[in-house]
Amino acid sequence: MKRETIAAIATAMSNSGIGIIRISGPEAFEVTDRIFFRKNGKSLKEENGNTIHYGFIQDGNQRLDEVLVMVMKAPHSYTAEDTVEIDCHGGVLIIKKILELVIRNGARAAEPGEFTKRAFLNGRIDLSQAEAVMDVIQAKNEYALKSSVSQLSGSVSRKIKDLREQVLYEIAFIESALDDPEHISLDGYGKNLLKKVGEWLNHVEKLLSSADNGRVMTEGIKTVILGKPNAGKSSLMNVLLGEDRAIVTEIAGTTRDTLEEHIYLQGISLNVVDTAGIRETEDLVEKIGVTRAMSAAESADLIIYVVDGSCPLDENDQEIMDFIREKQAVVLLNKSDLDMVVSKEELEQRSHQKVISISAKEQTGVEALEEEIKSMFYQGEIGFNDEIYITNVRHKEALEKTLESFHMVKASIENGLPEDFYSIDLMDAYSQLGSIIGEEVGEDLVNEIFSKFCMGK
Amino acid sequence: MPYLEETYDIIVVGAGHAGCEAALAGARLGLETILFTISVDSIALMPCNPNIGGSSKGHLVRELDALGGEMGKNIDKTFIQSKMLNESKGPAVHSLRAQADKQDYTRHMRNTLENTDHLTIRQAEVSEILVEDGKIKGVKTYSRAVYHGGAVVLATGTYLKARCIYGDVSNPTGPNGLQAANYLTDSLKSHGIEMFRFKTGTPARVDKRSIDFSKMEEQKGDDKIVPFSFSTDPESVQREQVSCWLTYTNEETHKIIRENLDRSPLFSGAIEGTGPRYCPSIEDKVVKFPDKDRHQVFVEPEGLYTNEMYLGGMSSSLPEDVQYAMYRTVPGLENVKIVRNAYAIEYDCINSLELKDTLEFKKISGLFSGGQFNGSSGYEEAAVQGFMAGVNAAMKIMGREPVVLDRSQAYIGVLIDDLVTKENHEPYRMMTSRAEYRLLLRQDNADLRLRKIGYEIGLVSQEEYEDVLNKERAIKGEIERLNNTNIGANSRVQEFLSDHKSTPLKTGATLAELVRRPELDYFMLTKIDEKRPFLTEDVQEQVNINIKYEGYIRRQMQQVAQFKKMEGKRLPDKFDYSVVNSLRKEAVQKLNQFQPVSVGQASRISGVSPADISVLLVYLEQVKQERHLAEKTN
Repeated sequence: MKRETIAAIATAMSNSGIGIIRISGPEAFEVTDRIFFRKNGKSLKEENGNTIHYGFIQDGNQRLDEVLVMVMKAPHSYTAEDTVEIDCHGGVLIIKKILELVIRNGARAAEPGEFTKRAFLNGRIDLSQAEAVMDVIQAKNEYALKSSVSQLSGSVSRKIKDLREQVLYEIAFIESALDDPEHISLDGYGKNLLKKVGEWLNHVEKLLSSADNGRVMTEGIKTVILGKPNAGKSSLMNVLLGEDRAIVTEIAGTTRDTLEEHIYLQGISLNVVDTAGIRETEDLVEKIGVTRAMSAAESADLIIYVVDGSCPLDENDQEIMDFIREKQAVVLLNKSDLDMVVSKEELEQRSHQKVISISAKEQTGVEALEEEIKSMFYQGEIGFNDEIYITNVRHKEALEKTLESFHMVKASIENGLPEDFYSIDLMDAYSQLGSIIGEEVGEDLVNEIFSKFCMGK
Repeated sequence: MPYLEETYDIIVVGAGHAGCEAALAGARLGLETILFTISVDSIALMPCNPNIGGSSKGHLVRELDALGGEMGKNIDKTFIQSKMLNESKGPAVHSLRAQADKQDYTRHMRNTLENTDHLTIRQAEVSEILVEDGKIKGVKTYSRAVYHGGAVVLATGTYLKARCIYGDVSNPTGPNGLQAANYLTDSLKSHGIEMFRFKTGTPARVDKRSIDFSKMEEQKGDDKIVPFSFSTDPESVQREQVSCWLTYTNEETHKIIRENLDRSPLFSGAIEGTGPRYCPSIEDKVVKFPDKDRHQVFVEPEGLYTNEMYLGGMSSSLPEDVQYAMYRTVPGLENVKIVRNAYAIEYDCINSLELKDTLEFKKISGLFSGGQFNGSSGYEEAAVQGFMAGVNAAMKIMGREPVVLDRSQAYIGVLIDDLVTKENHEPYRMMTSRAEYRLLLRQDNADLRLRKIGYEIGLVSQEEYEDVLNKERAIKGEIERLNNTNIGANSRVQEFLSDHKSTPLKTGATLAELVRRPELDYFMLTKIDEKRPFLTEDVQEQVNINIKYEGYIRRQMQQVAQFKKMEGKRLPDKFDYSVVNSLRKEAVQKLNQFQPVSVGQASRISGVSPADISVLLVYLEQVKQERHLAEKTN
């Protein structure tokens, strides 16, 4: 059994730097040859190991980027497999596009930690590192799972769930008819299914095109702004965004819901969630907002805690400071334009985090904040992870495979294949869709059959 | 006073469909085998439906036959109607089902058992298993006779602490009023075996003379009968068949049921056992599917020499008077006379997670089990487990490797793997949808898949095995010929194509390409395929299926290759997974509980994530390398 060829982005992604896409496996050269074009037209297979080649990545006739391609031959690579690394110049978007192209041309998106796993299994990582390798795999998976679910917008995940339910129902119908043919007839069923598959194809295509527009999954360092009501969270957000996005008033508790914005900060991509102020509240709407704030912060990569320096610290602040103690966080001492009753030193001592004085109103201190985030990022303190990007690519791959499965069902119906073939492809689609929202197939089908259809003698 | 009566190699407890196969397998392999039954007159009894096979169950019987089991041969001798189900669907879901003459079935199986060398039949109730140091030593009967044995196969069916229930009547008996086995459960529990309580049911048997068949639809058998057994000559089974009849319940029936639900032990709570969802009682159907205005009732003969008819689809545990009232609302049954009541039956069975994939108990070496005792349902499911348990008991005694079929080899593999890796809370029934590689696991190729294994076990003769080898060669040769034979775009071919509404050829094409066209098949091409060699029908069928569905078959074969790789990665025995630090807590708990034999099996346990599997792979490699290093330094 041949191993599959896998691909992923090998560098932390930021808009400024160079990105590397790594492809590993028996078809690494073939896959790259399909998209990499250069003057001499030679195949990468003919090149020596550890050589670098200049050329262009092309999607059909469209030139995506000017790149350097590095060829490593088994066993002389990180994974001890044939490996290609593509150095691209373009930003985040281009790197993602190229990765998608690689996947369309025969590689598959690497599972979290898969390169490390292969490196170990192929003897490239020392035995003493085994424990660490296992930890990396588990940690990356957990992160991927978390980010996979948190990145899906509610409406998309609802759509996928709904689609899955419909698909499962049809499989269950076919299967119950196969199991009990004297009870349930499939006469004329193909025609009905064809119509449904047509609709499903539309849905998935729409999902895919919105994935291209970046609307399906949000990505970047998940950043949550926390603080008591009216501490200046929304003003900070506006400053960072450079537009009046959140409603800012003098009344505490104006931001009722969470707002999400995508911000590029000095080349680093932040996905900022502005939340309702944390405060014991009786207001139901606000209460929901507060719950969301804490749960959003729970899974955040970075927390920005805004303190109103003109008010004394109270038990609400203490609660937040306790909460962020073990987390990656920056504390902002806001309203430095007013009379301050909280000192930077006091705050630093109590929060155990770095404190920066700012005035969101006067827009001072914001640069220091940007610098701090940047340095945290480059020093690797922020749990930022390339998993986010690859997760998106995996989602897209799953949607594309779903599409393919539906097309197969369509072809089967049109070619008059028997009904039991439909359910094979429908089941593939069902499990692909499940992988996007983190759900496995398990006993779903058997349960659906028995709950929806009256079976048996 | 206990006394030692005899010593055997294998002791089989229970002579139902599982027990019979287990005992035959053991004895035919030359091991001294004793088969215990509560009643010799009830050997291979069919206490519920009068048929063998059906969707996916037909697959099981054919697989069993290919391996050297008896069920297929026995039903071929005793069927009174035969049907290939799903013929209009794909070959993977074609399923054979035969109506049995129940008494004949029992009689023939008993005759086979009685005339098998090394096999002893003994009527007695086994009340205890004897275990020493985690190893089985034998059994003790209620009469306190001790039988020593190297291996024991438990196949007690629905008899353990059985209770038959209808209305407020509760009889402490096994099926059909037979004596229950009331002691073995406690003995098993005392050895730490976890027991469940399951439930199933059966409809009434009624007098044929009281039925008006003119109000029912006749259901005939197939014109051309296909035998179950690969060893049966198809010519020998082309016999006269009897019909079944179809009628329906109606609103009136449902009304009576609804009005009397409070008298049903199922709803009053008198029944504690968990019933199967796939064969619900009629009251279950009416309650769960209130929108259905009618349910099918199949009226099936129980045999040629009896007037009893089986009312398929109307099993019930309602009181006798309600049974009468509801049956009599059904067209054709207005004046029906009941011979035997419908009833529900409750019984003890084990948590099948107690078993290894060899069907040996994890906790007691040499103790095996099969059938409803393992929490399955159905004659066919029972028979295949009994067979595998019997074979593995024999392998153990002979010091040979156990025989385990995996999910890519057989429905039997799917069934047993499901039983030993999934938590099972109802009697388990086979379904084609449970087999992920079902395009490969067809009933038509069970011999190609399994004859070799049966031969290696020693239950398939040299001759039968060579037949399959020849068949294999013929199929391969013919597929090759079709792939390599080009057919020109001559007028005869074009005419043939247009006759079958198929696009004419522009240039040449291979015969295989034509077979693949949706509107054509191998058989049609006879007309334009001049050099076709003479081939038997079963070879032709294989050639057609393999070419026609090549794309899908290839896809599943690739999936199987992937699957096999993971199955091949063995996990250590009795291993404490908490030493693997990176596994999630839930995974450690599940893995410790299940003790899977391979990484593949581990991946099917709910609660074990793909990441846990990756971690396990790395761990296994680490252990391997460390061992390697240690060997080097030594």
